[in-house]
Amino acid sequence: MGKAYRLTEHAYDVVVVGAGGAGLRATLGMTASGLSTACITKVFPTRSHTVAAQGGMSAALANMGEDDWRWHMYDTVKGSDWLGDQDAIEYMCREAIPAVVELEHYGVPFSRTDDGRIYQRPFGGMTTRFGEGIAQRTCAAADRTGHAILHTLYQQSLKHNAEFFIEYFAIDLLMNDEGACKGVLAWDLATGELHVFRAQMVLLATGGYGRTYFSCTSAHTCTGDGNAMVLRAGLPLQDMEFVQFHPTGIYGSGCLITEGVRGEGGYLTNSDGERFMERYAPNAKDLASRDVVSRSMTIEINEGRGVGEEKDHIQLHLEHLGADLINSKLPGIAESARIFAGIDVTREPIPVLPTVHYNMGGIPTNYQGEVVTLRDGDPDHVIPGLMAIGEAACVSVHGANRLGSNSLLDLIVFGRAAAMRAVELVKPGQPHEPLNDAVVDKVLDRFDKMRFANGEIAVASLRIEMQKTMQNHAAVFRTGELIEKGLIRLQELLAQMESLRVSDRSMVWNTDLVEAIELLNLMPQAIVTAQSALNRTESRGAQARDDYPERDDENWMKHTLATIDESGRVAIQYRPVHMYTQTDEVEVIPPKARVY
Amino acid sequence: MAQFNLPANSVVKPGKTYPPATASRNVKKVIVYRYDPDSKKNPRTDTYEIDLDTCGPMVLDALIKIKNEIDATLTFRRSCREGICGSCSMNINGSNTLACIKAIGEIKGDLRIYPLPHMPVVKDLVVDLSRFYAQYASVKPWIQTQEQSSLERERLQTKSDRERLEGLEECILCACCSTSCPSYWWNSDRYLGPAVLLQAYRWIADSRDEATTERLEDLKDTFKLYRCHTIMNCTDTCPKGLNPAKAIAEIKKLTAAVGN
Repeated sequence: MGKAYRLTEHAYDVVVVGAGGAGLRATLGMTASGLSTACITKVFPTRSHTVAAQGGMSAALANMGEDDWRWHMYDTVKGSDWLGDQDAIEYMCREAIPAVVELEHYGVPFSRTDDGRIYQRPFGGMTTRFGEGIAQRTCAAADRTGHAILHTLYQQSLKHNAEFFIEYFAIDLLMNDEGACKGVLAWDLATGELHVFRAQMVLLATGGYGRTYFSCTSAHTCTGDGNAMVLRAGLPLQDMEFVQFHPTGIYGSGCLITEGVRGEGGYLTNSDGERFMERYAPNAKDLASRDVVSRSMTIEINEGRGVGEEKDHIQLHLEHLGADLINSKLPGIAESARIFAGIDVTREPIPVLPTVHYNMGGIPTNYQGEVVTLRDGDPDHVIPGLMAIGEAACVSVHGANRLGSNSLLDLIVFGRAAAMRAVELVKPGQPHEPLNDAVVDKVLDRFDKMRFANGEIAVASLRIEMQKTMQNHAAVFRTGELIEKGLIRLQELLAQMESLRVSDRSMVWNTDLVEAIELLNLMPQAIVTAQSALNRTESRGAQARDDYPERDDENWMKHTLATIDESGRVAIQYRPVHMYTQTDEVEVIPPKARVY
Repeated sequence: MAQFNLPANSVVKPGKTYPPATASRNVKKVIVYRYDPDSKKNPRTDTYEIDLDTCGPMVLDALIKIKNEIDATLTFRRSCREGICGSCSMNINGSNTLACIKAIGEIKGDLRIYPLPHMPVVKDLVVDLSRFYAQYASVKPWIQTQEQSSLERERLQTKSDRERLEGLEECILCACCSTSCPSYWWNSDRYLGPAVLLQAYRWIADSRDEATTERLEDLKDTFKLYRCHTIMNCTDTCPKGLNPAKAIAEIKKLTAAVGN
């Protein structure tokens, strides 16, 4: 069947899939180092979801008060609820400083302090002196930092003549019989042609999979395509149970309101007008870690202190900050609140609700971006030819919960690290070994089957059933019983994939087929997420189990590794958390109770 | 007498009508431009009657509702759905804007959705933006400096110098402004258009950039810059509230002072 498609072949040293912050930073680094690099992206680079990041990028520059990257590391380890790998966290927090300085030199239009340095704002969980004070560590370009960074990285890519394949949708990895990655098959939406990209190294920078849930801040395109390719290759995803709910999605639309609002002095209230975070986090209050704030808000709503007719949301106040500060530091928020909630933020509070925002889990990698798995007792076995960076990856620097403004940081630091590692590993211009036809045929068969899917269930109706199941069974508070019911439903939905209908048969810009393949990608990620959540019988970071309310370091200070077979059966193994550092510049931070 | 024919496929004809699926008093007619590149037939406008009681508030919500529930072949770009990625730029009731932040309630009568004007249509509402992107690259939209400044620290920039970038660096490259400009319609092969000129000015205005003279000399061209006739459609239509016309005026002022 696969023979019906004409394939165009390309040979590169490296291929990057995805052109968000991580993908662009890696593309830029490898292109500048002389590797022939192709960047394949399903949307034009500046439309990637990095563009929507608002608050900023953390780095202990100490521009606005004392700071130290070791404090940043402590906060990140604590934020991760001790599930983050400390060697990788050390690397990220130390490299944060040169990474943000480099971005400034690339031209990112950061906001400025009175003495002309990069402006830094407080953010949740970011402290000085190991939790004593509140740090101003988050480097901001107003409340559009992601937009500023993404556009600048694209501009730098243009400067370096990076090669892009724009609106090419990656269908699958080409894995040889030895389990090494040899390239990618992609579909050019504009012409309808299929392309084989051969590469010595493939970097997946495909982002998160927020769209497994009904209500998320993520873009429509956040479907975790790279994660799904890795699962189809029989490889595991790591820590998928850890899904971050951002405390302040706009009620109804789910659009993000940055934590920077609370960093600048905004606060949350319940129906009694009470600043309830003072009860849950006496020190950090509204600037506690995101999992803590989201859980507190959910408890307030569950106990009947939500606001609105349905008493089902919370209010976020910034009226008291004054129009001047709002206009200079939070102009985008004022615009979003006006458009999506009909609110003038200088006069009224914004209605908000915890909303799915970020996936801590993803493709397991080491701190250099190489994809790893557990094999023959080695938990750090490297998969040849495959790297992963950004939200798609699980390095793991965020562990069980990511701190706000550590995400943009992750993209840049590990995009850069992966580029440096690829330059070490790949010799430019090496010939590509022949690839068995069966490898490509298998991918084409699956593509073709989906293209001509002729069942009775529309893509959108199956997708929304999956999203609602995840929302109702794997949200802020979880119980074993609830997740089990969700899993039964997800298995039913997986079976219904066989009855899917794709109405558009064209090869040119067939977004019906794109969405069908994205659903094919989302479904196993949903199942793996729910199964991993059921399996972890403890509460840690973003995983809050009502039936297991305590953190259990003795049994659960380990990473979940989940694989899934074609019938939807999940198998779980574990990798140890890295409780060591790379240098003696900093000591390992031993686990303790996590209070804010 | 000379006979003038319209180019092939330029006449848009009425297509199918999809009546509302449910009995509702709150029905809106959504008329959407359709072009199928496979059939090579004339473009048409299909009419979808949708129940607004079960539809989100924005035009993009209406398009997604149509795609999800009525006609899965309807093709358009979308991503962030919050006005920051610039994917869903299109012409809605005569104005170019982003479907995701245009409220249906703002439009009286039928909703009429067309692709961005005067652009090659690939399929339905998807247009080919490759020339637009190439023009963007042509103004070297990256920072240019002479000295290899130390990478130890960030460069300094005063607050007031940073303020000069406001209203410029927020551009999302949605192309609404350029494709609303009659000058760009006639001369898009040589006139850069408002979006790209605003982006060019973004670097001219940046105190950290050291290539101002080169940038101005490059722009000082009858076509690249001076096809702007201050029609102001660009500023009128920008969904982000930016003012490309003002940026162009600033470039014109500065080029007048260069090389004379």
